[in-house]
Amino acid sequence: MLGKLTLDAVPWHEPIIMGTGAVVALGGLAVLAALTYFRLWGPLWRDWITSVDHKKIGVMYIVLALVMLLRGFADAIMMRLQQAFAANDAAGFLPPHHYDQIFTAHGVIMIFFVATPLILGLMNVIVPLQIGARDVAFPFVNSLSFWLSAFGAVLVMASMWIGDFAATGWVAYPPLSELGYSPTTGVDYYIWSLQISGLGTTLTGINFIVTILRMRAPGMRLMQMPVFTWTALITNILIVAVFPVLTATLALLTADRYLGMHFFTNELGGNAMMYINLIWVWGHPEVYILILPAFGAFSEIVPTFSGKPLFGYKSMVYATSSIGVLSFFVWLHHFFTMGSGANVNAFFGIMTSIISIPTGVKLFNWLFTMFRGRIRYHTSVLWTVGFMVTFAVGGMTGVLLAVPGADFVLHNSLFLVAHFHNVIIGGVVFGCLAGISFWFPKVFGFTLNEFWGKVSFWCWLVGYWLAFTPLYLLGFKGMTRRMNHYDHADWHPYLIVALIGAVIIGMGILSLLIQFYVSIRDREQNRDLTGDPWDARSLEWGTASPAPFYNFAVLPEISSVEQHWADKESGRNLIQPTRYEDIHMPRNTGTGFIISAFGFVLCFAMVWHMWAIAGVSLLGVIGTFLFRAYDRDVDYWVPAAEVEAIENARYALLKKAA
Amino acid sequence: MVTFKTSAGVLRARRKLAPLALLALGGCRFELFDPQGAIGEQEKSLILIASGLMLLVVIPVIILTLVFAWHYRASNTRANYQPKWHHSTAIELVVWSIPCMIVAFLGVLIWRTSHTLDPYRPLESKATPVRVEVVALDWKWLFIYPDYGVASVNRLAIPAGHPIDFKLTSQSMMNSFFIPELGSQVYAMAGMQTQLHLIADKPGTYRGLSSAFSGPGFSDMHFDTIATDERGFQQWVGQASASPLTLDKGSYATLAKPSEKNPVRIYGRVSPGLFDGIVNQYMAAPNQGATPMKAMAMRHDATASE
Repeated sequence: MLGKLTLDAVPWHEPIIMGTGAVVALGGLAVLAALTYFRLWGPLWRDWITSVDHKKIGVMYIVLALVMLLRGFADAIMMRLQQAFAANDAAGFLPPHHYDQIFTAHGVIMIFFVATPLILGLMNVIVPLQIGARDVAFPFVNSLSFWLSAFGAVLVMASMWIGDFAATGWVAYPPLSELGYSPTTGVDYYIWSLQISGLGTTLTGINFIVTILRMRAPGMRLMQMPVFTWTALITNILIVAVFPVLTATLALLTADRYLGMHFFTNELGGNAMMYINLIWVWGHPEVYILILPAFGAFSEIVPTFSGKPLFGYKSMVYATSSIGVLSFFVWLHHFFTMGSGANVNAFFGIMTSIISIPTGVKLFNWLFTMFRGRIRYHTSVLWTVGFMVTFAVGGMTGVLLAVPGADFVLHNSLFLVAHFHNVIIGGVVFGCLAGISFWFPKVFGFTLNEFWGKVSFWCWLVGYWLAFTPLYLLGFKGMTRRMNHYDHADWHPYLIVALIGAVIIGMGILSLLIQFYVSIRDREQNRDLTGDPWDARSLEWGTASPAPFYNFAVLPEISSVEQHWADKESGRNLIQPTRYEDIHMPRNTGTGFIISAFGFVLCFAMVWHMWAIAGVSLLGVIGTFLFRAYDRDVDYWVPAAEVEAIENARYALLKKAA
Repeated sequence: MVTFKTSAGVLRARRKLAPLALLALGGCRFELFDPQGAIGEQEKSLILIASGLMLLVVIPVIILTLVFAWHYRASNTRANYQPKWHHSTAIELVVWSIPCMIVAFLGVLIWRTSHTLDPYRPLESKATPVRVEVVALDWKWLFIYPDYGVASVNRLAIPAGHPIDFKLTSQSMMNSFFIPELGSQVYAMAGMQTQLHLIADKPGTYRGLSSAFSGPGFSDMHFDTIATDERGFQQWVGQASASPLTLDKGSYATLAKPSEKNPVRIYGRVSPGLFDGIVNQYMAAPNQGATPMKAMAMRHDATASE
């Protein structure tokens, strides 16, 4: 019944894990108690868990990402502490098996459960508003996608206290990840948590492609879409193209581990190189999946706060699209050192360096948007300028790694680690945090505290450079990644500086949390009455803040890339429509949550070989899905009178603000 | 007044500051920029040339970013503000062509150096090459010298000034064989054979390690490369041959069992064909009547281009 699961699966003897477990359990109990005491279970279920509103789903994605950021950062600081202590072959405080799980979990969590949800969250919140849609094309699927990702995160967290996590590195190369060398449940947790969340991501990809292609407001041509929506479109095309590859690759690894097959084993004709090719066919486009929407966010922020249109809109669109295409032709640069021939290496090296052309063009376009502008220094602009400087360096080190001859000595070194943190922190994280501070009022109706936002920015920027410059240098000293301890005394000082940098990034995260707290506390002073607090340009600023659940009372007619700006110039934004119509909206449903919950039990049961429970929960998944498929009560009409009442209040506020 | 500080306190403070002092003194040597062999030397220049080429555009971008960000700040009302300006064909041409030109240069550089620095390409040298067969084991390195019939664990002895022709494989896990001061690394993978050619210009001790994570014992999977002059190397071979240990199928099986922090061990005799046997061990199951196959050596086009 319980398969391999026994009480011994809990790591009772690990004080760090059990201590964290106690804190999480107490915190969790406190939250549950507070929910009960304040009678919030009902609202939580009705307004959030069952919600199909793209804005609320977006918010939940971002909350998930921020919670997982704390876990991923805790892993990071433990790694930095371990390496700061484990000089001269001292053992440090983490034994290899625990340390190896931590760097694996750090990578998995930061990519799949922080960066990806941040990007998906921003797209959820903004894309329908930017194209003038009432929701996404498949609102129920959207809810399902989110809950699949969330339960994937729960599965990763569960591995900390029940069993262990993979100790293989975040891409779980065989043969190390095969049953013979990783016999515990760690790799199984890895497989199933990525399968469940990856399914969610694939569904999101389909959902947003359809939304963007089919649900744009009347008159909006493709070349009139805001750049953020363009980047979202390309990202989702990439998701649909490559996430199935990840799913298939992990399924083959599952077949090896569960059914005794030999796709990637050393024995019986298995070939680990196959896995390495497949995982990077997914893995390299994945980094563009993450970075493109961040580019999109910057492309909205720079024109808004420079007070002029984006320079080279068409260039931006072509650059984004060509990055999307090129991202499929570079995967081999992750393993130049595995003995491919010179011609093959040279081809993939050149293809990789070609990607720097459209990326460079983007940087220039932001530059020339600022040129002859009048820049207001909102926090999101600080993030943007910090990004442009940081990312220029990250891009350069990336191209250096794309030169096979240079990669022969830099592969897997801390130079590589510094490079991808340079582009992920300096690009994706900065972009998402900029996006959050930019679009926050659109969702919540009040602006974020500027002081703590700026403190957070400076901590992140200084912390990043202090933490990763030493890692770049250690790469030149020949230090490789994933070391539990080392006997090179001269590496030690660099790792101490890196630790200090990580602590400063930690202060940046803390400031971010303080920023949210202070902003919510002072929300009445910072209300956004106009719906357009930044004097912005694209469509989402043409509706109220917070955006009403139906987004737009009357679907806008589009005639310009900067529709809201055009409306402001013609004064149309202040004219209230005379007549409203009934609005067709999707009804909330708990089935997405329930399917995902069954999915979670299924995955957990598969990890522990509890076949009976797995079978029952699979039936639960299918049954709930069938129930949903035959449910006719999935939508409703908002009466015109109700819309009118909401809109009257809004225009009254607009007049007051004007 | 400060002089009254106890000496113990000073010592403690010193010990705390010691790592920082190291950073200022000895910690500043960058092994990749102080290579000890021809391959490393070329790779160092490649890194510097490629970086320099890219800095031609990266530095101006960073400076322009900071200058524009400062000059066009809202409070600077003297700055030219053109709220409608958003297109210039001339600027677009320039911003597309500058990265294109740099990448064109870089492309040529990549093509050439991918061939000249190809790890499979034998080095041109008047000195006779020394062949070494490398086996990555859990978690130690085995070096077999087929021409001398000796082998060693966790110590690589080589003659300086002679090209070293490595053939690599692994017993189980993937590892990457890397001696930072000499240059290129290449993976050692089970059931496969890879190649690498390196040379040490002068005698010295160079650290080697695995740069691909391979499990619990990975961090201790390092070795010293002892490069000596010709005579020193012959002496080493002589001493090694005197070792009573023999590496054959049986003792290899014992050695291949997972172990960590292995001391250096020298084998005076090695049964011939051992390395090929290790590469081929996964290929066929003769008991089941399958035909033996040749090892799946990584195919390679450098040989064709020679």
